[in-house]
Amino acid sequence: MWRSVRRSRESGALWRDPSFRALLVQAVLLIALTAVIFVLVFNTMNNLEERGITTGFGFFGERAGFSIPQTLVEYSGNSTYAMTFLVGLLNTLLVSAMGVVAATLIGFLVGIARLSPNWLLAKAAMVYVEIFRNVPLLLQILFWYFAVLRALPSPRDSLSLFEAVFLNIRGLILPEPLPQPGFSAVLWALLLAVVASVLLVRFARRRQDRTGQRLPAGWLSLALIVGLPLAVYAINGFPLNWEMPSLAGFNFRGGITILPELAALWLALSIYTAAFIAEIVRSGIQSVAHGQIEAARSLGLSSGVTLRKIVVPQAMRLIIPQLTSQHLNLIKNSSLATAIGYPDLVAVFAGTALNQTGQALEIIAITMAVYLTISLVVSFLMNLYNARVQIKER
Amino acid sequence: MTTSSASSEAAQTAMIPQREPPVRRRGVPGWLRQNLFSSPLNSLVSVVMLVVTVMVLWPLLQWAVVQADWLGETRQACTGEGACWVFISARLESIVYGFYPESEIWRVNIVFAMLAGVIAWLVLPRLPAKGWMALFALTGFPIIAFFLLAGGAFGLMPVPTRDWGGLMLTLTIAVVGIVGSLPIGILLALGRRSSMPLVRGVSVVFIEFWRGVPLITVLFMASVMLPLFVPSEVEFDKLLRALVGIMLFWSAYMAEVVRGGLQAIDKGQDEAGMSLGLGYWQRMGLIVLPQALKLVIPGIVNTFIALFKDTSLVLIIGLLDLLSIIQAGLTDPEWLGYAMEGYVFAALVYWVFCFSMSRYSQRIERKLHTGH
Repeated sequence: MWRSVRRSRESGALWRDPSFRALLVQAVLLIALTAVIFVLVFNTMNNLEERGITTGFGFFGERAGFSIPQTLVEYSGNSTYAMTFLVGLLNTLLVSAMGVVAATLIGFLVGIARLSPNWLLAKAAMVYVEIFRNVPLLLQILFWYFAVLRALPSPRDSLSLFEAVFLNIRGLILPEPLPQPGFSAVLWALLLAVVASVLLVRFARRRQDRTGQRLPAGWLSLALIVGLPLAVYAINGFPLNWEMPSLAGFNFRGGITILPELAALWLALSIYTAAFIAEIVRSGIQSVAHGQIEAARSLGLSSGVTLRKIVVPQAMRLIIPQLTSQHLNLIKNSSLATAIGYPDLVAVFAGTALNQTGQALEIIAITMAVYLTISLVVSFLMNLYNARVQIKER
Repeated sequence: MTTSSASSEAAQTAMIPQREPPVRRRGVPGWLRQNLFSSPLNSLVSVVMLVVTVMVLWPLLQWAVVQADWLGETRQACTGEGACWVFISARLESIVYGFYPESEIWRVNIVFAMLAGVIAWLVLPRLPAKGWMALFALTGFPIIAFFLLAGGAFGLMPVPTRDWGGLMLTLTIAVVGIVGSLPIGILLALGRRSSMPLVRGVSVVFIEFWRGVPLITVLFMASVMLPLFVPSEVEFDKLLRALVGIMLFWSAYMAEVVRGGLQAIDKGQDEAGMSLGLGYWQRMGLIVLPQALKLVIPGIVNTFIALFKDTSLVLIIGLLDLLSIIQAGLTDPEWLGYAMEGYVFAALVYWVFCFSMSRYSQRIERKLHTGH
């Protein structure tokens, strides 16, 4: 290599030298990039000046002056745009978290069902996957919202379950738990039980490594997690009241209302993403070499242990990275909320706040930065996890 | 001697004819036993699934076919209990062509026919010269289609893009997105694997940026910020803005797919090209890319499917694609209350396109696997 470079230099043609050419290409790219950015900035400044828009983030401190139907933190029309941003962000995170849990659950169930020996179940799972992944998500969101939830009865004729849970056009209304003094002890008991069962599982594993004897750690920790908080709850005299929703005039008073917008978005996101997760789970499980299962059988492991200790850990290695990218897709897709008016980040911040302030540049940039940050953080965490479960080559 | 002759008599020399499988495994009952009733649990699942299927399918069939109304012009034609397909058939023309002038619809039809022809040529395995056809699909066809649809030249009446709509607009966005994002994606993928740090850095930042943000914010950006980026005299068409956003966004995804293919090609291929004295573009264009792209056809088609579905997002920035035309029809006071019919029809159209694309990609995948 060195020699060839030397010879080409000796022959005098500098542009035949690869390293010089690389430098030249990059210099041209740098100049072009700078020029493009300069022209864009110049045009933008000019345009903003012409339209009389001042740039900057000062608007964050101004009064927003509009209310939002679902807020996880204290918010009113008098709050600032900074609070609008926070409310939108929290709503995005809420529906994303709900969606990720539900989609993963449904996805795993359907994916495993696709491999069922039962022909009907396997075909039903296949039909589910083929229907829902080949129809645009936006269409599904609109479908659930306008065709299903908008067709529900008015509050007066709500569908009800034990006169405690009500479903109507305004949403799903649940009884609201009102913790009384002494309830915090129950939460502490729950935390304690979780910590204790983690320790128990570790101890059981170490004991098995040492002595070969097994402890039913799974059942014991389940009993601990359910039993301990329940016991504390009973000892403290059941310190939890429920506020029942009741019909007052045209609407319900009391209870927690899940907005139909949230419900529609949640349903559509979970069902759509689950179809993709199901395919990932299926291909992950199918990728485990059949010899592995046969080897486990010949060692005398039961089919349950084979599944838990042989198939799942190997399948997970393939499933996890793709699963993460589906979760990220779900988080990004939650921005479609704006189509049905669920107050997520894009709807309240890049929608209403943008229209009111006209600070398009700043608001779009911040919104994009939020999603970019979420993406990068999640991929970073998943890379860490991935590095742990990958095959360790010794 | 006697023992050996005895043993040769005992040993069978002719093949035993294949015996029929036992009755329990034969025919329909055998299939049922194996696939639906192999164990008590399995039988229970089968019965439950059968009941659920019937409970879902029967009312669906009743609604969509048996009790549905098909014929008529107005709402009054819908008297039955089931679906009112008149809602769709009465506005079929706007669903397909948007507000394209009626006298000019033949132009759209020619483009539709050309598109179908090009796709058929590329998909049917027997037809020759696929490479040339692909080149035509990426260069000649979009130009011809543009002049036919937009008009304003060759004596064709100009049709402004705000009159475009329906399925025609959906297909336009999809085709432009596909045709635009593939070449940019290939360049980005090559850039990401370049040995020049600046080229690599720019490609990585570009790709990761677009992949990290939702398409909807990209469309917002395109519709709000693009006009700020150009001198104020330049008029930016609304459709064009959306197309620029869609192309940039999907080119990043395309780049990652193509990169997967590039990584799968043995380094020796590139080195062999080098030792033949080929330059970078010759090596990429003649040796590496043809092999890499062939490998990732399924991935490219899957990206096409995702792109096709996401064309529906232009609804949010106010373009009248297939979904938004139907959505707009739902608010027509003449036709309130037919949301279900509208969405089911739209879903069916999208589904037919996406499902056939996914079947095609699966077929290619199987074909590629025969080598192993």
